[in-house]
Amino acid sequence: MTGKQRIVIKGVKDGLVFVLDDRCGMDELLAELNDKLERSHHKLLTGPLVHVRVKLGSRRLTEADRERLVDAIRRRGNLIIQSIEADPDPAEQTAGAGSLHVISGVIRSGQTVEREGHLLLLGDVNPGGTVSCTGDIYIMGALRGTAHAGCRGNADAVIAAALMRPTQLRIADIISRPPEEWMSEDAQMEFAYLEDGRMRIDKISRLNRFRKDPIVFKGV
Amino acid sequence: MGEAIVVTSGKGGVGKTTTSANLGTALALQGKKVCMVDTDIGLRNLDVVMGLENRIIYDIIDVAEGRCRLAQALVKDKRFDELYMLPAAQTKDKHDIEPDQVKRIIDDLKRDFDYVIIDCPAGIEQGFRNAVAGADAAIIVTTPENAAVRDADRVIGLLEQQRIPSRLIINRIRPNMVKSGEMLDVDEIVQVLAVDLLGIVPDDEKVIKAANTGEPTVMDPSSRAAIAYRNIARRVLGEKVPLMQMEDKTGMMQRLRKFFGMG
Repeated sequence: MTGKQRIVIKGVKDGLVFVLDDRCGMDELLAELNDKLERSHHKLLTGPLVHVRVKLGSRRLTEADRERLVDAIRRRGNLIIQSIEADPDPAEQTAGAGSLHVISGVIRSGQTVEREGHLLLLGDVNPGGTVSCTGDIYIMGALRGTAHAGCRGNADAVIAAALMRPTQLRIADIISRPPEEWMSEDAQMEFAYLEDGRMRIDKISRLNRFRKDPIVFKGV
Repeated sequence: MGEAIVVTSGKGGVGKTTTSANLGTALALQGKKVCMVDTDIGLRNLDVVMGLENRIIYDIIDVAEGRCRLAQALVKDKRFDELYMLPAAQTKDKHDIEPDQVKRIIDDLKRDFDYVIIDCPAGIEQGFRNAVAGADAAIIVTTPENAAVRDADRVIGLLEQQRIPSRLIINRIRPNMVKSGEMLDVDEIVQVLAVDLLGIVPDDEKVIKAANTGEPTVMDPSSRAAIAYRNIARRVLGEKVPLMQMEDKTGMMQRLRKFFGMG
């Protein structure tokens, strides 16, 4: 047996935590797990029901490997798997926030759409309907219901709609009910954003000033 | 094989039963074989509106529980030979029947009738699930009020999940109030709900009178609501009928003025 342990079993208040090494091969890992469960920790692991949390580190499991792991632990009748946790992949996290979900349809009263990242809706949000996402919301239709952009606290998120007639707008943790003067009569696309913690609405053509994106379009 | 159409709204009191009775009667008037089914168990009133209350022997629960055959429970209309009604039970409640049982009954009826019109109770609970179980299509009844439109929207969403297509009837329109901007207008409602408009029905006192005498409005051709319901029936049959003009007849001068943008 090599000096370094691949599996560390810790006792915590509400059960056990299995910390698995995330660099070795899956087969080695399972072999050691079986060995530990069957032999070295045999005594410790018999008795009353114990909740187990498995920490994978940065390892990404395939479905089959996940099943093998679960089977190995379940074989001990008294171990109940509470969760299998992996560290979030930093690359994946940013990809999630930046990804754009395109949905078409009418979000009707009582219906809710929640997405990670940005949301592009081809259709309307009716009164009583809700759209919410961690990034921006763009609605190519009428927003008559509730929209919540940056729902995890991103105050730079915006809500844009071809027809802005919301019941309620939320960006990050700011909730705003549109006063009458928001209701511009001419049907043009508008967007809502936060400025000094207050909700504001402006024409979509000004979004670029708010974002301060450099203009890179080339033309003759 | 006939078509089963559920008449629903979400909100109560917008005219589901009146619409069911009138649409059923109007389809019979066009020579179709029609059965109306009341699924508002415990609060039945389609029979009252149709004036058939005193002819009921068995009801839908009796059929579901096998106490009688389906044909025995059907009540024949007093005006038309090819118009029937399956009444709801008055002494039971919505939980005494399951969607599967209703579906089986509707499927049986579809074999014998051209149209099965299902009158749905208000709400979106068990009664609603029962009513839509056997339906091929839905007619959403709403009135030009925000609350009714909101509920209609909710119901359309629920029906979309079950892949039942919806068409819309806007009931009880008061042309003067729409004109003065006090009432939602038809275009506004259709825009929000985003479903096909099947018809509009003006508010008409004759409807109330007709319901109380057990004679569907549609039988009285002098009533504007009757014409509206007849038009709706023709559209259900696939005819193209233009929408009813809501305002009273405008004079030549007025039309000219409107044409020049001065109206």
